[in-house]
Amino acid sequence: MQHVLRVLKPEDYFIEDEPYYEPVGDEIPVFEAAYRNSLPILLKGPTGCGKTRFMEHMAWRLHRPLITVSCHDDLTSSDLVGRFLVKGGETIWVDGPLARAVRAGGICYLDEVVEARKDTTVVIHPLADDRRVLPMEKLGELLEAPDTFCLAISYNPGYQSVLKDLKQSTRQRFVALEFDYPGSALEQKIVEKESGIASALARQLVKFAHMTRNLKGQGLDEGASTRLLVHAAKLMVSGVAPVVACRSAIAQALTDDPDMLAAVNELGASLF
Amino acid sequence: MKLDAALSADALEELMEAYLDAALSSRRDASQPARDLAAFGRRGQQFVLHWGAVIAKDNAELAYQFTAFAPRAMRLMDLDAVESWLLYAMDLYDKKGQIPAIRAFQQVADFAANMQERLAGMALEDCSAVLERFVCGLNGRPLKIAPADIPYTDTESVFLPPILGRLPDKEANFRLYKAMAVHQWAQNWYGTWRAGLLLEALDSGRLAPRDLAIFHVLETFRLDACIARDYPGLRRDMTALRLELDGEDSGWRSAVDRLTEPGSDVRETLRLVEALRGRPPRPCCYRGELQPDAVRTRLAIRSALEQDRFRIALAKMLEDQDGAPPGEDRPEAETLPETRDRLATRRHEDPDSPNGVRFDLMLDGKPVAPPEDVISTMESIIQDHGEIPPEYLVAAGPGLYKRGLGDDERAAESVWAGTYHEDGAFPYDEWDHSRQHHRKGWCILREHPVPPSDPDFYYQTLRKYGGLIKSIRRTFEVLRGEDRLLKRQSDGEDVDIDALVDAYADVHAGLEMTDRLFTRMHKDERNIAVMLMVDMSGSTKGWINQAEREALILLAEALDTLGDRFAIYGFSGWTRKRCEAYPVKTFAQAYDEDAKARICGIAPRDYTRMGVAIRHLSHLLAEQEARVKLLITLSDGKPDDYDHQYRGEYGIEDTRQALFEARLNGIHAFCITIDETGADYLPHMYGPANYAVICDVSKLPLKVSDIYRKLTS
Repeated sequence: MQHVLRVLKPEDYFIEDEPYYEPVGDEIPVFEAAYRNSLPILLKGPTGCGKTRFMEHMAWRLHRPLITVSCHDDLTSSDLVGRFLVKGGETIWVDGPLARAVRAGGICYLDEVVEARKDTTVVIHPLADDRRVLPMEKLGELLEAPDTFCLAISYNPGYQSVLKDLKQSTRQRFVALEFDYPGSALEQKIVEKESGIASALARQLVKFAHMTRNLKGQGLDEGASTRLLVHAAKLMVSGVAPVVACRSAIAQALTDDPDMLAAVNELGASLF
Repeated sequence: MKLDAALSADALEELMEAYLDAALSSRRDASQPARDLAAFGRRGQQFVLHWGAVIAKDNAELAYQFTAFAPRAMRLMDLDAVESWLLYAMDLYDKKGQIPAIRAFQQVADFAANMQERLAGMALEDCSAVLERFVCGLNGRPLKIAPADIPYTDTESVFLPPILGRLPDKEANFRLYKAMAVHQWAQNWYGTWRAGLLLEALDSGRLAPRDLAIFHVLETFRLDACIARDYPGLRRDMTALRLELDGEDSGWRSAVDRLTEPGSDVRETLRLVEALRGRPPRPCCYRGELQPDAVRTRLAIRSALEQDRFRIALAKMLEDQDGAPPGEDRPEAETLPETRDRLATRRHEDPDSPNGVRFDLMLDGKPVAPPEDVISTMESIIQDHGEIPPEYLVAAGPGLYKRGLGDDERAAESVWAGTYHEDGAFPYDEWDHSRQHHRKGWCILREHPVPPSDPDFYYQTLRKYGGLIKSIRRTFEVLRGEDRLLKRQSDGEDVDIDALVDAYADVHAGLEMTDRLFTRMHKDERNIAVMLMVDMSGSTKGWINQAEREALILLAEALDTLGDRFAIYGFSGWTRKRCEAYPVKTFAQAYDEDAKARICGIAPRDYTRMGVAIRHLSHLLAEQEARVKLLITLSDGKPDDYDHQYRGEYGIEDTRQALFEARLNGIHAFCITIDETGADYLPHMYGPANYAVICDVSKLPLKVSDIYRKLTS
């Protein structure tokens, strides 16, 4: 198989094939309504429950380019807005991903936004209310967002420390959509569809996920996410023994604590 | 005499008398043990003399028993095994007292015989953490794991034998433990005790106590079938164990077909007892026994508690719905019968749950979503009764509501009185340097609130040190995280014009242009959590206590300026069973008027058992997310306690070990003391650079902030 490497500018990255997504509630109509009304969107939910997949799906649905920024604690406002670079003795301005998304009228998705520093988060404020402008201080310009532009941020309320909470002034600008792990039947369907695994095994995997979720707060910070189940299922489809797949793809990903690891492994072994 | 030559009986007797003095009398002397020991080589003799002296520090009688039985033990086992024998006996002494320990010494032959089993066996202690989590993951009400000779459950704990050695290796014995735990869990989850059917049959005489064993055999078939359906991996393990330990099935299976069908419950088992009465029970390696009395006691306590809790939750839901608490006009009423009509449950088929049904809570005909804690109460009720019994569906009145609130804030005193044996108590290991072993769960620590005192002391201190506080604030403000503009960076937010101009000049001079042309804002954030551990022992009474409080106020002011997270805990205690920690300010609490009043309320109490306090506080500190974690101790002397054992070397070694454990958790410990002899023992405990001795107590308040500044900048 010959692989053709595609190099794209972020604003040209249109998702062409429909990303697989199973709606859990009415998140799709709510997102669409918010988009039509130029309201920014906040996705909250535990890791691996489908927030990013949902964004890809919506970008495909709305035919907009999706520009994703994974936030980290060294992210500065220049990293989002843009900066001057020196090239051949000249200074030239280079847009950051947020400015690019505004210019292209795309969807800008700030993943795990609480990881960014608080002073960085505030640059999105003027974009996130009815002004819908991005001030570019260093250029001395204001960038007005077209109607097609959409700002979305995500965060996981589960594991934040008090130090990394979303400020009220930020969160109160957004339409919030809450995500959680799908119900058993739906989760089983997702695992089957994503990995092509037999439904009996998918059912056991979902059961295993529920067992680990029972342990949340008893020594585990989070139970196994749908994403981990898909990983384990893919390993199984490739011929890895179920117990081994659960151990590598799920147990080891959940914890380093030896007692907990032993318990989770025993739980996995009890099902297969 | 050569050094490695064996000692004579006389020489041995003399040495033994030195440490056995308290246990000897005119009727008992050390001559016989000495004669026995004389037959051994020097190494064995030294071993006995050394450990005899170690044990004598705890208990002279035990030391005598050890010395008397050690020669026999050494004939039966090698020295390593003898050491584990004596540690086993001493553990028994720690946990249960002198008599069981003496028995353990005397039954040395039994110990030696079981040695093989012990080496291959699995101790419950070593795997209870894994089993507890495993069972919790399986589902249902969390079950504790506790030791007992025969496995059983009281529906809140699973009791398992303290040691298992039936199988040849540890791993196999762990599988047997797991099977036992699963069987007891299955009784809870698949409803052996559900809806009180079994207990009722026993009470009414329909099931005679002598038939309980046959009932259990049958019920095991039913439970095993449930497990086989839901957990194929467990079935495999359990079947393999039965084949190995119990042998082939002798015709029972055909008799119990009905029980293994999906949907059969405990009623079916009870019916079948009639038909199969009198058959000899089939052995089962993991079954254990049924203890209806234990279940009955537990169930009665839990049902009452959960009924109240559920009714209170209903009252809260009604309050949310109506906007006013129900039954306000009747402050004494425990229940509000008129709410019965508004509340109902709706039954759903749910193939995932063990009884195949699920219940929704309905208020005024509409389903309501109860909060998390109510859901777990509901699940527990359903696990016990198979449904939400109709009599539960009535909201609590203010009478019950208030009583319920009172229950939540059970005073530490009543916990201490033993009413709630384990609640609020933190067991901690302690290091016994002479044994080179931890004594497991040796100290019991409880947190007690600090009664706030008149905050006047706070304002007096502010006035007294007014000038100093200003300068402390100033020096600390300098430390506060600040932004620095880094110039000439290869990457950054802005172009560094100076660098660019230089670079131009370089280019014109024919040099290569540098890429370090940017400025970058570097943010220095202090990320420090500090735990202040304050000695509240009786010896601090008077001016030391006053100086401690002043020092705390000054330091707290400084920390508040600085924005470092801090907590203040006092510690004291009276023997190992009454160790106390006093939260003056926790990490979560703000440094407000209440916290200030509590600092003023720090008062001298009892003794200084430091090890356990360090373990508790470093545990709390380790939970904080911070780059630097500091544990600062303010003390006035050596570790000390009412029992003489802790005084001196034992206490110092235990403290040293506790600090060592803290360091492994990434905690940096520092000690500030006013004990002038501190330099003698502090380097050993804290390390050479991690302490400060302040000779003049009145200087303590000045110095503490100064030391803190140096420590963290």
